[in-house]
Amino acid sequence: MTQEFAWTSIGLMSIFGVIFSTLPIAGAFFFRPRKSNASKVTSYECGLHPKTTPLIRLNVQYYLFALAFLIFSIEILYVFPWAMNFKTLGPIALLEMAIFLGVLLMGLLYAWRKGGLEWK
Amino acid sequence: METIENLFLTLKALALMGPEMLLPTALFEALKTPLGIIMGVSILLVIAPVTMLFLTWMERKVVARMQKRYGPNRVGKFGSLQPFADGIKMFMKEDIIPLAVDPLLHTLAPMLVVVPAVMLFSVIPFGKNMVFADLNIAILFIMSISSIETIAILMAGWSSRNTYSLLSSLRAAAQVISYEIPLGFSLVPVVMISGSMSTYGIVMAQQEGWYIFTPWGFLAFLIFFISGVAEVNRSPFDVAEAESELVAGFHTEYSGMKFGLFYMAEFLGGFAISCFAVTFFFGGWLDPIQQLTGIAVLPTWIWFLLKSYVFVFVLFWFRGTLPRFRVDLLLNFCWKYLLPMALLNIPLAAAWHYLPDGIVFKLVGWVIGMAIIFGTHQAFTHKRLKRLYSAYDRPDSSLRTAPQQG
Repeated sequence: MTQEFAWTSIGLMSIFGVIFSTLPIAGAFFFRPRKSNASKVTSYECGLHPKTTPLIRLNVQYYLFALAFLIFSIEILYVFPWAMNFKTLGPIALLEMAIFLGVLLMGLLYAWRKGGLEWK
Repeated sequence: METIENLFLTLKALALMGPEMLLPTALFEALKTPLGIIMGVSILLVIAPVTMLFLTWMERKVVARMQKRYGPNRVGKFGSLQPFADGIKMFMKEDIIPLAVDPLLHTLAPMLVVVPAVMLFSVIPFGKNMVFADLNIAILFIMSISSIETIAILMAGWSSRNTYSLLSSLRAAAQVISYEIPLGFSLVPVVMISGSMSTYGIVMAQQEGWYIFTPWGFLAFLIFFISGVAEVNRSPFDVAEAESELVAGFHTEYSGMKFGLFYMAEFLGGFAISCFAVTFFFGGWLDPIQQLTGIAVLPTWIWFLLKSYVFVFVLFWFRGTLPRFRVDLLLNFCWKYLLPMALLNIPLAAAWHYLPDGIVFKLVGWVIGMAIIFGTHQAFTHKRLKRLYSAYDRPDSSLRTAPQQG
Protein backbone atom coordinates (compact mmCIF):
# COMPACT_ATOMS: atom_id res chain seq x y z
CA MET A 1 0.00 0.00 0.00
CA THR A 2 1.57 3.27 -1.07
CA GLN A 3 1.70 6.33 1.16
CA GLU A 4 -0.21 8.45 -1.37
CA PHE A 5 -3.05 5.95 -1.19
CA ALA A 6 -2.96 5.98 2.62
CA TRP A 7 -3.04 9.78 2.78
CA THR A 8 -5.88 9.93 0.25
CA SER A 9 -7.76 7.57 2.54
CA ILE A 10 -7.05 9.82 5.52
CA GLY A 11 -8.25 12.85 3.58
CA LEU A 12 -11.50 11.14 2.61
CA MET A 13 -11.87 9.91 6.17
CA SER A 14 -11.66 13.48 7.49
CA ILE A 15 -14.31 14.67 5.02
CA PHE A 16 -16.63 11.82 5.93
CA GLY A 17 -15.84 12.40 9.61
CA VAL A 18 -17.10 15.97 9.32
CA ILE A 19 -20.28 14.72 7.61
CA PHE A 20 -20.61 12.04 10.28
CA SER A 21 -20.48 14.60 13.06
CA THR A 22 -22.79 17.07 11.30
CA LEU A 23 -25.56 14.58 10.50
CA PRO A 24 -26.85 13.97 14.05
CA ILE A 25 -27.19 17.70 14.75
CA ALA A 26 -28.69 18.40 11.33
CA GLY A 27 -31.02 15.41 11.66
CA ALA A 28 -32.18 16.41 15.12
CA PHE A 29 -33.10 19.83 13.68
CA PHE A 30 -36.29 18.30 12.20
CA PHE A 31 -37.40 16.50 15.36
CA ARG A 32 -36.49 18.66 18.31
CA PRO A 33 -39.03 20.94 19.98
CA ARG A 34 -38.54 24.70 19.97
CA LYS A 35 -40.17 26.06 23.10
CA SER A 36 -37.83 28.70 24.38
CA ASN A 37 -38.45 31.14 27.20
CA ALA A 38 -36.48 33.81 28.98
CA SER A 39 -35.19 31.75 31.87
CA LYS A 40 -34.26 28.83 29.65
CA VAL A 41 -31.74 30.87 27.71
CA THR A 42 -29.86 32.33 30.68
CA SER A 43 -26.43 30.94 31.47
CA TYR A 44 -26.48 28.18 34.06
CA GLU A 45 -25.29 29.39 37.44
CA CYS A 46 -26.87 26.97 39.93
CA GLY A 47 -30.14 28.89 40.03
CA LEU A 48 -28.76 32.41 40.41
CA HIS A 49 -28.60 34.98 37.66
CA PRO A 50 -25.01 35.49 36.50
CA LYS A 51 -23.86 39.02 37.38
CA THR A 52 -20.65 39.30 35.34
CA THR A 53 -19.16 37.68 32.29
CA PRO A 54 -16.71 34.86 33.08
CA LEU A 55 -14.30 36.13 30.43
CA ILE A 56 -11.68 37.32 32.90
CA ARG A 57 -7.91 37.57 32.77
CA LEU A 58 -6.40 34.16 33.34
CA ASN A 59 -3.63 33.06 35.63
CA VAL A 60 -0.20 33.06 34.00
CA GLN A 61 0.23 29.49 35.26
CA TYR A 62 -1.80 28.17 32.33
CA TYR A 63 0.68 29.65 29.91
CA LEU A 64 3.66 28.16 31.77
CA PHE A 65 2.18 24.70 31.27
CA ALA A 66 1.54 25.49 27.63
CA LEU A 67 5.17 26.62 27.20
CA ALA A 68 6.52 23.48 28.88
CA PHE A 69 4.27 21.42 26.62
CA LEU A 70 5.53 23.23 23.54
CA ILE A 71 9.19 22.63 24.42
CA PHE A 72 8.73 18.96 25.22
CA SER A 73 6.51 18.14 22.25
CA ILE A 74 9.12 19.60 19.91
CA GLU A 75 11.77 17.51 21.69
CA ILE A 76 9.68 14.40 21.02
CA LEU A 77 9.73 15.24 17.34
CA TYR A 78 13.54 15.30 17.50
CA VAL A 79 13.71 11.98 19.34
CA PHE A 80 11.48 9.99 16.96
CA PRO A 81 13.75 10.13 13.84
CA TRP A 82 16.61 8.82 15.96
CA ALA A 83 14.39 6.12 17.44
CA MET A 84 13.41 5.00 13.92
CA ASN A 85 17.07 4.49 12.98
CA PHE A 86 18.27 3.40 16.42
CA LYS A 87 19.40 -0.06 15.26
CA THR A 88 21.40 1.17 12.27
CA LEU A 89 22.97 4.27 13.83
CA GLY A 90 24.68 2.36 16.62
CA PRO A 91 26.14 3.31 20.02
CA ILE A 92 27.59 6.72 19.01
CA ALA A 93 24.13 8.04 18.19
CA LEU A 94 22.88 6.53 21.43
CA LEU A 95 25.50 8.53 23.34
CA GLU A 96 24.51 11.70 21.50
CA MET A 97 20.87 11.08 22.26
CA ALA A 98 21.79 10.49 25.91
CA ILE A 99 23.42 13.96 25.99
CA PHE A 100 20.34 15.46 24.31
CA LEU A 101 17.99 13.80 26.77
CA GLY A 102 20.28 14.84 29.64
CA VAL A 103 19.96 18.50 28.62
CA LEU A 104 16.20 17.95 28.37
CA LEU A 105 16.12 16.43 31.85
CA MET A 106 18.07 19.41 33.21
CA GLY A 107 15.49 21.72 31.69
CA LEU A 108 12.77 19.72 33.41
CA LEU A 109 14.62 19.88 36.74
CA TYR A 110 15.08 23.66 36.31
CA ALA A 111 11.37 24.18 35.72
CA TRP A 112 10.66 21.88 38.67
CA ARG A 113 12.97 23.78 41.06
CA LYS A 114 11.71 27.18 39.88
CA GLY A 115 8.15 26.11 40.67
CA GLY A 116 6.99 26.31 37.07
CA LEU A 117 5.21 22.98 37.39
CA GLU A 118 3.10 23.89 40.42
CA TRP A 119 -0.61 24.35 39.88
CA LYS A 120 -1.82 27.20 42.06
CA MET B 1 -11.50 -20.61 9.44
CA GLU B 2 -9.97 -18.95 6.39
CA THR B 3 -13.37 -17.68 5.28
CA ILE B 4 -14.06 -16.01 8.62
CA GLU B 5 -10.51 -14.62 8.67
CA ASN B 6 -11.01 -12.97 5.29
CA LEU B 7 -14.67 -12.09 5.85
CA PHE B 8 -14.28 -8.36 5.38
CA LEU B 9 -11.94 -8.68 2.40
CA THR B 10 -14.42 -11.04 0.74
CA LEU B 11 -17.28 -8.65 1.45
CA LYS B 12 -15.30 -5.82 -0.12
CA ALA B 13 -14.54 -7.90 -3.23
CA LEU B 14 -18.23 -8.87 -3.49
CA ALA B 15 -19.33 -5.26 -3.17
CA LEU B 16 -16.93 -4.27 -5.94
CA MET B 17 -18.39 -6.92 -8.28
CA GLY B 18 -21.57 -4.89 -8.82
CA PRO B 19 -19.87 -1.81 -10.28
CA GLU B 20 -17.51 -4.05 -12.25
CA MET B 21 -20.42 -5.58 -14.16
CA LEU B 22 -22.35 -2.34 -14.62
CA LEU B 23 -19.57 0.07 -15.58
CA PRO B 24 -17.30 -0.03 -18.64
CA THR B 25 -13.90 -1.60 -17.90
CA ALA B 26 -11.86 1.60 -18.30
CA LEU B 27 -14.14 3.59 -16.02
CA PHE B 28 -14.15 0.79 -13.45
CA GLU B 29 -10.33 0.63 -13.37
CA ALA B 30 -10.25 4.38 -12.71
CA LEU B 31 -12.91 4.21 -10.01
CA LYS B 32 -11.68 1.03 -8.31
CA THR B 33 -9.36 2.70 -5.79
CA PRO B 34 -11.72 5.52 -4.66
CA LEU B 35 -14.58 3.02 -4.40
CA GLY B 36 -12.43 0.78 -2.22
CA ILE B 37 -11.53 3.70 0.04
CA ILE B 38 -15.15 4.82 0.34
CA MET B 39 -16.13 1.28 1.27
CA GLY B 40 -13.49 1.27 4.00
CA VAL B 41 -14.71 4.64 5.27
CA SER B 42 -18.30 3.44 5.40
CA ILE B 43 -17.33 0.27 7.30
CA LEU B 44 -15.43 2.39 9.85
CA LEU B 45 -18.31 4.85 10.14
CA VAL B 46 -20.66 1.95 10.85
CA ILE B 47 -18.27 0.41 13.38
CA ALA B 48 -17.83 3.69 15.29
CA PRO B 49 -21.46 4.31 16.36
CA VAL B 50 -22.08 0.60 16.98
CA THR B 51 -19.02 0.49 19.24
CA MET B 52 -20.19 3.61 21.01
CA LEU B 53 -23.70 2.20 21.59
CA PHE B 54 -22.30 -1.05 22.89
CA LEU B 55 -19.80 0.71 25.16
CA THR B 56 -22.43 2.92 26.79
CA TRP B 57 -24.48 -0.18 27.62
CA MET B 58 -21.38 -2.08 28.79
CA GLU B 59 -20.18 0.77 30.99
CA ARG B 60 -23.51 1.09 32.75
CA LYS B 61 -23.79 -2.65 33.22
CA VAL B 62 -20.20 -3.10 34.48
CA VAL B 63 -20.25 -0.12 36.83
CA ALA B 64 -23.68 -1.17 38.12
CA ARG B 65 -22.44 -4.67 38.90
CA MET B 66 -19.45 -3.21 40.74
CA GLN B 67 -21.83 -1.16 42.87
CA LYS B 68 -24.18 -4.09 43.53
CA ARG B 69 -26.90 -2.78 41.26
CA TYR B 70 -28.55 -4.31 38.22
CA GLY B 71 -27.99 -1.48 35.79
CA PRO B 72 -30.33 -1.03 32.81
CA ASN B 73 -32.65 -4.05 32.63
CA ARG B 74 -36.01 -2.74 31.45
CA VAL B 75 -35.58 -1.94 27.74
CA GLY B 76 -34.91 -5.16 25.88
CA LYS B 77 -33.21 -8.29 27.18
CA PHE B 78 -30.60 -7.30 29.82
CA GLY B 79 -31.29 -3.68 28.91
CA SER B 80 -29.66 -4.23 25.54
CA LEU B 81 -31.93 -1.71 23.82
CA GLN B 82 -31.16 0.98 26.39
CA PRO B 83 -28.52 2.78 24.23
CA PHE B 84 -31.05 3.06 21.39
CA ALA B 85 -33.62 4.52 23.77
CA ASP B 86 -31.02 7.01 25.01
CA GLY B 87 -30.07 7.89 21.47
CA ILE B 88 -33.70 8.57 20.51
CA LYS B 89 -34.15 10.64 23.66
CA MET B 90 -31.13 12.79 22.84
CA PHE B 91 -32.33 13.14 19.28
CA MET B 92 -35.70 14.50 20.39
CA LYS B 93 -34.34 16.93 22.99
CA GLU B 94 -34.52 20.67 22.55
CA ASP B 95 -31.26 22.31 21.57
CA ILE B 96 -30.93 25.17 24.06
CA ILE B 97 -28.51 27.91 23.06
CA PRO B 98 -28.28 30.47 25.89
CA LEU B 99 -28.30 34.13 24.92
CA ALA B 100 -24.80 34.77 26.21
CA VAL B 101 -23.00 32.12 24.14
CA ASP B 102 -21.10 32.55 20.92
CA PRO B 103 -23.44 30.52 18.65
CA LEU B 104 -20.96 29.63 15.92
CA LEU B 105 -18.20 28.27 18.20
CA HIS B 106 -20.84 26.71 20.44
CA THR B 107 -22.14 24.64 17.51
CA LEU B 108 -18.74 23.88 15.97
CA ALA B 109 -17.14 22.53 19.16
CA PRO B 110 -19.12 19.25 19.44
CA MET B 111 -18.58 18.57 15.75
CA LEU B 112 -14.86 19.19 16.05
CA VAL B 113 -14.54 16.88 19.04
CA VAL B 114 -15.94 13.86 17.18
CA VAL B 115 -13.89 14.16 13.98
CA PRO B 116 -10.46 13.35 15.54
CA ALA B 117 -12.00 10.51 17.58
CA VAL B 118 -13.36 8.95 14.39
CA MET B 119 -10.15 9.61 12.47
CA LEU B 120 -8.10 7.71 15.05
CA PHE B 121 -9.92 4.58 13.86
CA SER B 122 -8.31 4.84 10.44
CA VAL B 123 -4.84 3.75 11.65
CA ILE B 124 -5.94 0.92 13.96
CA PRO B 125 -4.94 -2.46 12.52
CA PHE B 126 -8.06 -4.50 13.28
CA GLY B 127 -6.67 -7.70 11.80
CA LYS B 128 -4.37 -9.20 9.22
CA ASN B 129 -4.51 -6.91 6.15
CA MET B 130 -7.27 -4.96 7.88
CA VAL B 131 -5.79 -1.53 8.46
CA PHE B 132 -7.65 1.25 6.67
CA ALA B 133 -4.65 3.54 6.08
CA ASP B 134 -1.18 2.13 6.73
CA LEU B 135 0.62 5.42 7.38
CA ASN B 136 4.39 5.18 7.84
CA ILE B 137 4.20 7.90 10.53
CA ALA B 138 1.09 6.59 12.27
CA ILE B 139 2.44 7.38 15.76
CA LEU B 140 2.92 11.06 14.92
CA PHE B 141 -0.53 11.01 13.32
CA ILE B 142 -2.07 9.63 16.51
CA MET B 143 -0.37 12.25 18.67
CA SER B 144 -1.28 15.17 16.45
CA ILE B 145 -4.88 14.09 15.85
CA SER B 146 -5.60 13.39 19.50
CA SER B 147 -4.43 16.88 20.50
CA ILE B 148 -7.06 18.50 18.26
CA GLU B 149 -9.49 17.55 21.02
CA THR B 150 -7.90 20.25 23.21
CA ILE B 151 -8.96 22.93 20.77
CA ALA B 152 -12.50 21.60 20.68
CA ILE B 153 -12.72 21.55 24.48
CA LEU B 154 -11.34 25.09 24.73
CA MET B 155 -13.84 26.22 22.09
CA ALA B 156 -16.70 24.63 24.02
CA GLY B 157 -15.64 26.17 27.33
CA TRP B 158 -14.84 29.62 25.98
CA SER B 159 -17.93 29.99 23.81
CA SER B 160 -20.29 28.90 26.61
CA ARG B 161 -19.68 32.11 28.62
CA ASN B 162 -20.18 30.12 31.76
CA THR B 163 -17.86 30.02 34.76
CA TYR B 164 -18.02 26.26 35.14
CA SER B 165 -17.42 25.62 31.46
CA LEU B 166 -14.48 27.98 31.29
CA LEU B 167 -12.78 26.60 34.40
CA SER B 168 -13.30 23.05 33.25
CA SER B 169 -12.02 23.68 29.74
CA LEU B 170 -8.86 25.36 31.05
CA ARG B 171 -8.25 22.43 33.36
CA ALA B 172 -8.91 19.98 30.55
CA ALA B 173 -6.54 21.79 28.22
CA ALA B 174 -3.74 21.82 30.80
CA GLN B 175 -4.36 18.14 31.51
CA VAL B 176 -4.51 16.96 27.91
CA ILE B 177 -1.42 18.81 26.76
CA SER B 178 0.54 17.73 29.85
CA TYR B 179 -0.28 14.05 29.47
CA GLU B 180 0.61 14.11 25.81
CA ILE B 181 4.31 14.40 26.75
CA PRO B 182 4.61 11.08 28.67
CA LEU B 183 2.34 9.51 26.05
CA GLY B 184 4.81 10.48 23.33
CA PHE B 185 7.92 9.50 25.27
CA SER B 186 6.44 6.13 26.25
CA LEU B 187 6.18 5.27 22.54
CA VAL B 188 9.83 6.11 21.79
CA PRO B 189 11.15 2.70 23.03
CA VAL B 190 8.50 0.92 20.94
CA VAL B 191 9.71 2.74 17.83
CA MET B 192 13.36 2.07 18.78
CA ILE B 193 12.94 -1.69 19.08
CA SER B 194 10.45 -2.26 16.28
CA GLY B 195 12.17 0.17 13.91
CA SER B 196 8.83 1.26 12.52
CA MET B 197 6.34 4.02 13.15
CA SER B 198 3.43 2.40 11.34
CA THR B 199 0.93 0.58 13.54
CA TYR B 200 0.94 -2.39 11.18
CA GLY B 201 4.74 -2.55 11.21
CA ILE B 202 4.81 -2.50 15.01
CA VAL B 203 2.42 -5.46 15.16
CA MET B 204 4.52 -7.36 12.63
CA ALA B 205 7.66 -6.65 14.69
CA GLN B 206 6.01 -8.25 17.71
CA GLN B 207 5.90 -11.67 16.10
CA GLU B 208 9.10 -12.48 17.99
CA GLY B 209 7.47 -11.57 21.30
CA TRP B 210 5.01 -9.08 22.68
CA TYR B 211 6.55 -5.94 24.08
CA ILE B 212 4.67 -6.25 27.35
CA PHE B 213 6.98 -9.13 28.29
CA THR B 214 10.06 -6.89 28.41
CA PRO B 215 10.91 -4.57 31.33
CA TRP B 216 10.82 -1.43 29.18
CA GLY B 217 7.62 -2.58 27.50
CA PHE B 218 5.97 -3.14 30.85
CA LEU B 219 6.85 0.36 32.05
CA ALA B 220 5.98 1.94 28.71
CA PHE B 221 2.60 0.21 28.71
CA LEU B 222 1.76 1.51 32.17
CA ILE B 223 2.77 5.06 31.22
CA PHE B 224 0.97 4.84 27.89
CA PHE B 225 -2.27 3.54 29.34
CA ILE B 226 -2.35 6.01 32.26
CA SER B 227 -1.60 8.95 29.97
CA GLY B 228 -4.09 7.65 27.45
CA VAL B 229 -6.85 7.52 30.04
CA ALA B 230 -5.97 11.09 31.03
CA GLU B 231 -5.83 12.12 27.38
CA VAL B 232 -9.46 11.14 26.77
CA ASN B 233 -10.61 12.65 30.10
CA ARG B 234 -11.89 9.43 31.55
CA SER B 235 -12.19 8.59 35.22
CA PRO B 236 -10.10 8.88 37.45
CA PHE B 237 -8.70 11.79 35.42
CA ASP B 238 -12.06 13.40 34.64
CA VAL B 239 -11.43 16.66 36.51
CA ALA B 240 -12.67 18.42 33.38
CA GLU B 241 -16.22 17.27 33.95
CA ALA B 242 -16.05 16.77 37.70
CA GLU B 243 -19.77 16.71 38.35
CA SER B 244 -19.34 17.22 42.08
CA GLU B 245 -17.61 20.58 41.69
CA LEU B 246 -18.10 21.89 38.15
CA VAL B 247 -21.70 20.83 37.39
CA ALA B 248 -20.95 19.08 34.08
CA GLY B 249 -17.70 20.72 33.06
CA PHE B 250 -17.27 22.08 29.57
CA HIS B 251 -20.61 20.68 28.39
CA THR B 252 -22.69 22.44 31.04
CA GLU B 253 -24.44 24.57 28.42
CA TYR B 254 -24.94 21.74 25.93
CA SER B 255 -28.11 19.77 25.50
CA GLY B 256 -29.60 17.30 23.08
CA MET B 257 -27.51 15.87 20.29
CA LYS B 258 -24.61 18.26 20.89
CA PHE B 259 -24.16 16.75 24.33
CA GLY B 260 -24.49 13.34 22.68
CA LEU B 261 -21.55 14.11 20.42
CA PHE B 262 -19.31 14.95 23.40
CA TYR B 263 -20.38 11.69 24.98
CA MET B 264 -19.62 9.82 21.79
CA ALA B 265 -16.15 11.36 21.46
CA GLU B 266 -15.30 10.29 25.00
CA PHE B 267 -16.28 6.67 24.38
CA LEU B 268 -14.64 6.47 20.97
CA GLY B 269 -11.46 7.96 22.44
CA GLY B 270 -11.48 5.39 25.24
CA PHE B 271 -11.93 2.57 22.76
CA ALA B 272 -9.15 3.92 20.54
CA ILE B 273 -6.75 4.13 23.51
CA SER B 274 -7.50 0.49 24.38
CA CYS B 275 -6.89 -0.50 20.76
CA PHE B 276 -3.57 1.33 20.65
CA ALA B 277 -2.45 -0.20 23.94
CA VAL B 278 -3.15 -3.63 22.42
CA THR B 279 -1.43 -2.70 19.16
CA PHE B 280 1.76 -1.35 20.68
CA PHE B 281 2.29 -3.72 23.61
CA PHE B 282 0.05 -6.78 23.36
CA GLY B 283 0.81 -7.94 19.85
CA GLY B 284 -2.18 -6.32 18.16
CA TRP B 285 -4.08 -8.85 16.11
CA LEU B 286 -1.45 -11.57 16.59
CA ASP B 287 -2.90 -14.87 17.74
CA PRO B 288 -1.07 -15.89 20.96
CA ILE B 289 -2.05 -19.56 20.59
CA GLN B 290 -0.74 -19.61 17.05
CA GLN B 291 2.48 -17.95 18.17
CA LEU B 292 3.02 -20.66 20.81
CA THR B 293 1.74 -23.78 19.08
CA GLY B 294 1.35 -22.86 15.43
CA ILE B 295 -2.37 -23.68 15.34
CA ALA B 296 -4.73 -20.84 14.47
CA VAL B 297 -7.86 -21.03 16.64
CA LEU B 298 -9.71 -17.77 16.01
CA PRO B 299 -9.54 -15.18 13.22
CA THR B 300 -7.07 -12.37 13.90
CA TRP B 301 -9.71 -9.64 14.07
CA ILE B 302 -11.60 -11.53 16.78
CA TRP B 303 -8.36 -11.76 18.75
CA PHE B 304 -7.90 -8.03 18.35
CA LEU B 305 -11.41 -7.26 19.58
CA LEU B 306 -11.06 -9.67 22.52
CA LYS B 307 -7.82 -8.05 23.63
CA SER B 308 -9.07 -4.51 23.22
CA TYR B 309 -12.29 -5.19 25.11
CA VAL B 310 -10.19 -6.41 28.04
CA PHE B 311 -8.75 -2.90 28.22
CA VAL B 312 -12.13 -1.29 27.73
CA PHE B 313 -13.23 -3.30 30.74
CA VAL B 314 -10.20 -2.01 32.66
CA LEU B 315 -11.30 1.55 31.80
CA PHE B 316 -14.73 0.87 33.35
CA TRP B 317 -13.06 -0.86 36.27
CA PHE B 318 -11.08 2.34 36.93
CA ARG B 319 -14.34 4.26 36.87
CA GLY B 320 -15.94 1.91 39.36
CA THR B 321 -12.94 1.80 41.71
CA LEU B 322 -10.82 4.93 41.79
CA PRO B 323 -11.78 8.32 43.21
CA ARG B 324 -11.12 11.42 41.14
CA PHE B 325 -7.67 13.06 41.20
CA ARG B 326 -7.33 16.58 42.48
CA VAL B 327 -6.19 18.84 39.66
CA ASP B 328 -2.79 19.87 41.10
CA LEU B 329 -1.97 16.28 42.06
CA LEU B 330 -2.90 15.26 38.55
CA LEU B 331 -0.40 17.62 36.98
CA ASN B 332 2.29 16.78 39.56
CA PHE B 333 1.81 13.12 38.76
CA CYS B 334 2.33 13.81 35.07
CA TRP B 335 5.34 16.12 35.15
CA LYS B 336 7.13 14.84 38.23
CA TYR B 337 6.56 11.12 37.98
CA LEU B 338 5.42 9.90 34.57
CA LEU B 339 7.73 12.09 32.50
CA PRO B 340 10.99 11.17 34.36
CA MET B 341 9.96 7.51 34.28
CA ALA B 342 9.30 7.73 30.53
CA LEU B 343 12.72 9.32 29.99
CA LEU B 344 14.34 6.55 32.08
CA ASN B 345 12.65 4.01 29.83
CA ILE B 346 14.64 5.07 26.73
CA PRO B 347 18.11 4.00 28.03
CA LEU B 348 16.47 0.85 29.42
CA ALA B 349 15.19 -0.09 25.97
CA ALA B 350 18.61 0.67 24.44
CA ALA B 351 20.32 -1.57 27.00
CA TRP B 352 17.77 -4.31 26.26
CA HIS B 353 18.61 -4.09 22.56
CA TYR B 354 22.35 -4.50 23.22
CA LEU B 355 21.80 -7.55 25.47
CA PRO B 356 23.43 -10.63 23.95
CA ASP B 357 21.08 -13.35 22.72
CA GLY B 358 20.32 -16.31 24.94
CA ILE B 359 17.71 -17.11 27.53
CA VAL B 360 20.08 -16.61 30.50
CA PHE B 361 21.07 -13.10 29.42
CA LYS B 362 17.46 -12.15 28.76
CA LEU B 363 16.39 -13.46 32.14
CA VAL B 364 19.17 -11.60 33.97
CA GLY B 365 18.40 -8.46 31.94
CA TRP B 366 14.72 -8.81 32.80
CA VAL B 367 15.42 -9.06 36.53
CA ILE B 368 17.85 -6.11 36.47
CA GLY B 369 15.48 -4.00 34.37
CA MET B 370 12.53 -4.66 36.66
CA ALA B 371 14.76 -3.91 39.66
CA ILE B 372 15.73 -0.54 38.13
CA ILE B 373 12.09 0.31 37.41
CA PHE B 374 10.90 -0.69 40.84
CA GLY B 375 13.82 1.06 42.55
CA THR B 376 13.15 4.32 40.72
CA HIS B 377 9.48 4.05 41.55
CA GLN B 378 10.33 3.57 45.23
CA ALA B 379 12.75 6.49 45.19
CA PHE B 380 10.12 8.73 43.64
CA THR B 381 7.25 7.72 45.82
CA HIS B 382 9.10 7.67 49.12
CA LYS B 383 11.54 10.55 49.06
CA ARG B 384 10.23 13.25 46.82
CA LEU B 385 6.69 12.66 45.70
CA LYS B 386 5.21 11.80 49.06
CA ARG B 387 6.34 15.21 50.26
CA LEU B 388 5.29 17.00 47.05
CA TYR B 389 1.92 15.32 46.91
CA SER B 390 0.98 16.05 50.46
CA ALA B 391 -0.87 19.36 50.67
CA TYR B 392 -0.16 19.60 54.39
CA ASP B 393 3.60 19.75 53.89
CA ARG B 394 3.61 22.48 51.32
CA PRO B 395 4.84 25.76 52.85
CA ASP B 396 2.18 27.93 51.20
CA SER B 397 -0.63 25.54 51.95
CA SER B 398 -3.65 26.98 53.62
CA LEU B 399 -4.49 23.53 54.88
CA ARG B 400 -1.43 23.56 57.10
CA THR B 401 -2.99 25.55 59.89
CA ALA B 402 -6.02 23.86 61.31
CA PRO B 403 -9.21 25.91 61.21
CA GLN B 404 -9.84 27.81 64.43
CA GLN B 405 -12.70 26.60 66.52
CA GLY B 406 -15.53 28.92 67.48
